[in-house]
Order: sequence, then C-alpha cells, then structure tokens
Amino acid sequence: MGVEQKLANMGAVTTTLETVVNWSRTRAMWPLLFGLACCAIEMMAAEGAHYDMSRFGMELMRPSPRQSDLMIVAGRVSRKMAPVLRRLYDQMPEPKWVIAMGDCASCGGVFNNYAVVAGVDEIVPVDIYIAGCPPRPEALIHGIMTLYDKVNHEKIKDRA
Amino acid sequence: MQPEFEPTIQALKKEFNAQISEFRGDVSAIIPAENIVSAAKMLRDEFDFSLLSTMTAVDHWPEEKPRFDMLYQFTSVSKVLSLSVLVQVPGINPSLPTITGIFKNAIWREREVWDMFGIKFEGHPDLRRILMPADWEGHPLRKDYPLGYEEPQFTFNFEEIDLRKPYAKE
Repeated sequence: MGVEQKLANMGAVTTTLETVVNWSRTRAMWPLLFGLACCAIEMMAAEGAHYDMSRFGMELMRPSPRQSDLMIVAGRVSRKMAPVLRRLYDQMPEPKWVIAMGDCASCGGVFNNYAVVAGVDEIVPVDIYIAGCPPRPEALIHGIMTLYDKVNHEKIKDRA
Repeated sequence: MQPEFEPTIQALKKEFNAQISEFRGDVSAIIPAENIVSAAKMLRDEFDFSLLSTMTAVDHWPEEKPRFDMLYQFTSVSKVLSLSVLVQVPGINPSLPTITGIFKNAIWREREVWDMFGIKFEGHPDLRRILMPADWEGHPLRKDYPLGYEEPQFTFNFEEIDLRKPYAKE
C-alpha cells in the first residue's frame, strides 16, 4: 500500500514539474499571523486542536510577513489600517495568496461608512472570498481547500 | 439632587454664572466658554473632582446658535459624584481654551474631539488627528459630513459598480 508500490524496483517516479511545484506549495502554506476583528477568533479556533489546520500543513502562523505565503484577512479593515495591510502584503515573498475571510473583508459587510474599507480587494488582490459573519472554522478550512485546488491548477508560466 | 452637590453648584453659580439643570439625578452645568479653564481648576482643587472621565461634543447642525455643545464629565472618586459641564461653541471657527494644564488626559481627549468635530483647542501642546489618518479631510462626526462612503452593491447594480470599483491589480 502506498508509494512503494509505485516505485517498483526503479527508485523513480515520473510526473510533471508543475505538479511537484504546486504540491509543495500547497503542503506547507504558512499563513500570516494577522487578525483584525472577530473573524480572527474563528481563525484561531480553526488553528486549534479541535479543527486542527495542521492536517493541511498549516500549523505555523508566521508572525513575520517575510516567512509567510498566505494572508488571511480576518476582519474589517479600517482606512487607517489599509496602508499597513498593503505594506505587509508587499513584504511577503512571492508566491503569495490572499484569502478575504468573512463579509467585512470581502465587501465591507454591515459597514458602509467613512472608516471601513468596502472590501479588501481594493487594497490587495484577493484569491478566495469566504462568506459568513464570522465564517465557522469549517468554512475557513473549505476556503483554504478551494485555494489549494486553485494552486494545484496554476501554470508556472502564468505566475512569471 | 444629592445634597453633596450643593456646595459645588453654589460655587459654580456664583463664580461662573452657571445654569444648572438636572435630569433623573444627573446634574449638568452650562458655563460660558471663557470660564472653562478656571472652572475645571476649581472643581479639581476645591471640590475634589479629581478625574476627567470623558470629553465629547454634540453637533446640533443645522441649528447654528450655538452649533456645538462641548461636554466635560468630571468625577469625584472620593465623594462618588459625577458632574457634566457643558460649554456652547459656535459653528464658525469653533475653538475653546485647552484644559490640558489641569487634566493631563485631556491631551488625548481634545485630540479626539478635534479629529471628530473640528473644535480647535487653543494652547494644546500637540493638536493633531488621533483616530483618522493624518491626511484625512473633514471631521466625520459632524452632522454635515457625508454619511456613506460607497454605494452598496446589490444584484440589480452589481455590474455597474463592478466596472468602476478600484480593484487592486497586483
């Protein structure tokens, strides 16, 4: 059972470079430790033992943007916070992805006023939007699985 | 009114020509703007109101006479009393003398009132915005400040707004 059957006696497998690269990108996608509001509580719950995101190689939340691959915007972004968020995004090394978690990050949610940005996609390019106020940990994990699916279908030449 | 208030009220009336009103046991005094510094000093030193618990303003726009009410809430921790002091501020070029010399925490409170209502405090050591970004224009809690920022996106106008929404490209 498992990989040794594929090996036969040759000690080699054939696959495409894209498959290997995308596989390695999804299996250790470290998110940036960055919570803005109540969605961050659900993000912490998803990271904790009960929902256990480390099953997907995401047990590490990196407090430094330079070590992280994924930005989970968990919460509403105020106008004053927006430049900070953009700066953190710019400090992340390529390749990088963004998840807008919850209604506020996706479109402003219940807020429509001078203080809150109406959707974080005005500041950073967003890959996945997760609906909910706040989304449950299952919804966040589903969003991350959807992102994995997206990454697995990426072409290397599209990123360059 | 609680009997402990009496000496304070009498002094405010005598020294600063205050108008006193009471609503369900909450006492407030309207005093002229030029007296606020000496009134705050008197409340702190003579009547033991040692804490400035809050400062905020009320905008009565479009009423212009006077447009703003500046509200100071003084608390006496030892006597367990709380007193509102109201100062009326005109709408054109609103400004007040600062009380940062008497209550240090007024430095941040006055910055907040300046940020949100645009009431200037003469003599404040560092009057700049505290909540909004430094390059912000206007004062958001004024009644004539535009209410919404963006038109809400519904099914019927989704595409129209989608075309002009400033998405981040990279």
